Amino acid sequence: MSTSKLSHADAAEQFIKDEPRTNWHDETLWFVRQKRDKAAHGLPEWEQLREWASQIKDHTLSNLDNYLLEFERNANTNGVTIHWATDGADHNRIIFDIIQKNNIQKIVKSKSMLTEECGLNEFLHAKGIETVDTDLGERIVQLRHEAPSHIVLPAIHLKKQDVSDTFHEHLHTEKGNNDPQYLTEAARQHLREKFIESELAITGVNFAIAETGGFVVCTNEGNADMGAHAAKIHIACMGFEKMIPKAEHLSVFLRLLARSATGQPITTYSSHFHKPREGQEMHIVIVDNGRSRQLGRADFRNSLKCIRCAACFNTCPVYRRSGGHSYHTAVAGPIGSILNPNIDMRANADLPFASTLCGSCSNVCPVKIDIHDQLWKWRQVLVSEGFVDTTKKVGLKGMAFVLARPGLYRFAGKAGRAMMRMFPWLLNNKLNPWYKQREMPAPPKESFRDWYIKNKQQ
Amino acid sequence: MKVGLFIPCYIDQFYPQVGIATLQLLEKLGCNVSFPLNQTCCGQPMANSGFAALSKNCDKNFVANFRGFDYIVGPSGSCVLHLKEHLHDEQHPGEAEHIRKHVYELTEFLVDVLKVEKIDASFPYKVGLHNSCHGQRGLHLSSMSERMLPAFSKPQQLLSMVKGLQLTLPVRSDECCGFGGTFCVFEEAVSVKMGKDRITEHSANEVEYITGGDVSCLMHLEGILKRNGSNVKTIHIAEILNSHA
Ligand code: SF4
Repeated sequence: MSTSKLSHADAAEQFIKDEPRTNWHDETLWFVRQKRDKAAHGLPEWEQLREWASQIKDHTLSNLDNYLLEFERNANTNGVTIHWATDGADHNRIIFDIIQKNNIQKIVKSKSMLTEECGLNEFLHAKGIETVDTDLGERIVQLRHEAPSHIVLPAIHLKKQDVSDTFHEHLHTEKGNNDPQYLTEAARQHLREKFIESELAITGVNFAIAETGGFVVCTNEGNADMGAHAAKIHIACMGFEKMIPKAEHLSVFLRLLARSATGQPITTYSSHFHKPREGQEMHIVIVDNGRSRQLGRADFRNSLKCIRCAACFNTCPVYRRSGGHSYHTAVAGPIGSILNPNIDMRANADLPFASTLCGSCSNVCPVKIDIHDQLWKWRQVLVSEGFVDTTKKVGLKGMAFVLARPGLYRFAGKAGRAMMRMFPWLLNNKLNPWYKQREMPAPPKESFRDWYIKNKQQ
Repeated sequence: MKVGLFIPCYIDQFYPQVGIATLQLLEKLGCNVSFPLNQTCCGQPMANSGFAALSKNCDKNFVANFRGFDYIVGPSGSCVLHLKEHLHDEQHPGEAEHIRKHVYELTEFLVDVLKVEKIDASFPYKVGLHNSCHGQRGLHLSSMSERMLPAFSKPQQLLSMVKGLQLTLPVRSDECCGFGGTFCVFEEAVSVKMGKDRITEHSANEVEYITGGDVSCLMHLEGILKRNGSNVKTIHIAEILNSHA
C-alpha cells in the first residue's frame, strides 16, 4: 500500500495540479451521485427506509455482545469456525495460521476493505505468500502497487489509458489498446486461472445475521462466489459491526446499499453463505481493531452503523477534488475521516479538518450517520488532546482573545480595517494562503457600527 | 416586536452595506430594531477549528448583548447556525437558551416569522443564487438535493418578489463553494478549486450577480472572481431585497 506521508491538504494540492484529471474525477463521481439520486427518487419510502436502517443498527449496536454470541453459536452449529481478533495483527496471524496448517500456496481475495485496514497483503507478502485481489478494480491497483482510492470503486482515480498501460506491463496486452471490453476480457482470462488454481479464498462480509449464523457478500462481478466455490478453504473477515439481528432485516439494507453505492436496485450478486460445502472448511474472523473503543465513545459510536456504500464519498465535494489517496488511510472520504482518528489519532489528525462541514454526507448516508457533526466533534477532541499545529493554535487563541473584548475588537478593526490582528490569514501577502488565488475584500471607510452610531444614534 | 440586530464581525468590518441593508429592510417591514453596540463575533471560527473551548468568552459577550430581545436576526446562515447549536453561558443558561431558540437567519425570519408576502424592491439583473450549506442543510432554508422531500426555498421565494430580477440556479444547485471557515486557508487548494467550479457553473448561465445569504461564501467567490478579472459581481440577498434600481 502506498501510504503517503503528506497531510490531506498537501496531497490534495498535488492532486489538483492536474486540473483536467481533477475535473474528470469530480465529474465521474458526481455522475454516480446522480445515479444514486435517481434510484432513491424511485422509492417513495426512501426516507422511511433510512430511518428503519438507522434504528436497526442502533438497536444492534446496543445489544452487540448478545448478537455476536448468538451469531457464533449458530455459525458453530452450521459447522463454521469463528475466530476473534482484537486488532489487525491478530487478524493477520489467524489467517496465516490457517494458511500454514494447510500448507497453502495459492490465495484469492475478494474485495475486503477490512483486510486492507489490517494490512493483510503486506503482511503475507513479507512471509513470502502472495494473494490475488479478484475484484477488477482492486486487481488493477494491486498490479500498480497502489492502495484502493475508493471503497466501492477502488480504481476510480485511474483512466482507461492508465489501466491499459498497467495491463500491458503485467498482462502483456496490446500497447495503447484502451478498449474497455478488450481490457476487461484480458483481466477475466487472467483471473480465471487464479480462481481455478486457488486453494484458499478470502472474502469480506457485508452483513452477518445473528439469527442464522450466515452472512451475505455483495459484489457486482461474482468474484467472491467464484473464489469461495473453487477453494477448499473459505475465510470470511468482518468487523464486528457488520452484525444484524435477523434475516428479515436484510431487505432494508440490500435495498439501500446498492442504490446508495451505484444507483443499482440491487448488487448483481448478493450471495448468502451458511455452511461449508462437503469437504470444505469455512472460517469467520471477527475483528475489533479499535471498534469497541469507538463503541464506547458516545459521540462517535454512530459511525459503526456504516454499511460501506460510499455514498458519502461520491457526494463529498472535497473527496471528489482531492482523490482517495489524499486521505492516506484504507477507508477514505467523510466516513474514513471519522473512523481513522479512532485507529490512530496522531497519524490521522488532519482528516476531520479535510471538510467544509457542508453536511451533504450526512444527508446521503443510508443509515443516517451524523457524519459532519462527528467531524466537528473530532476537531474538538483533537485540539484538546494537543494534535494540532502551533501556528493554528496561536492564531486562534489570539483571535478568541480579541473577539471576546469589544473594545479591543473595535481597535483592531479600525487599525487599517484590515483586521490583521483578528484574521491573520487574511493578510495581504504572498505567504497568505487566502491571497494565493483570491483577492482580499476591499476595506470600507467605516464599519457598520461606525455608520450606525452616526446615522441611527444622536 | 423587539428585534436585536446581529451583524457578524467580518460583515461589520468588511461589508457594512450588508448590515445597513438588513437594518433598513427590517425597519421597512415594521420591526423595532436595535443594534447592541458591544457585540463582536459568534465564536464560530474558533469552534469549527476545534477550539470551541476558546469561544466561551465570545458566548458570554453575545448573551450580554442580546438578552431581552424577542428575536435576534442576522444576515449570515452559518453564524446563526453556530449560535443555535452551540451558544452556552453557564452564568445565564436561561438567557442563552432563549437566544438559541429565537435567533434567526434573515430570510428565515422574513418568511417564517414576518410571513412576508410582498417586498417593494426592484433589481433588473440576471442573478445566480448560491445556496450556502449551513443555511440550507443546517437551517433548512431550502430543500436539499440529497433528501427525497418536497422542494422549497425561502430565499427563492423572497427573490421572486423582486421586480425585474431574473433568477438562475447552477446545475449542481446546492454544492458547497469551498469556503468552510478556516478550511479556506488550511485546505487552500481544494477550497479554491471548489470556488472556481461554482463560478464556472454560474458563468455558464451568464449571470451578472451571484447572491446568497452568507457573506462568507460570497467573500470567497468574490476573491476568486476579482483575481480572475471577471465582470460577475457578488451581492448579499439583503442588498437585493432592499434595492430600488
Ligand atoms: S457513512 Fe453512510 S454514506 Fe458513508 S459509506 Fe457509510 S453508510 Fe455509506
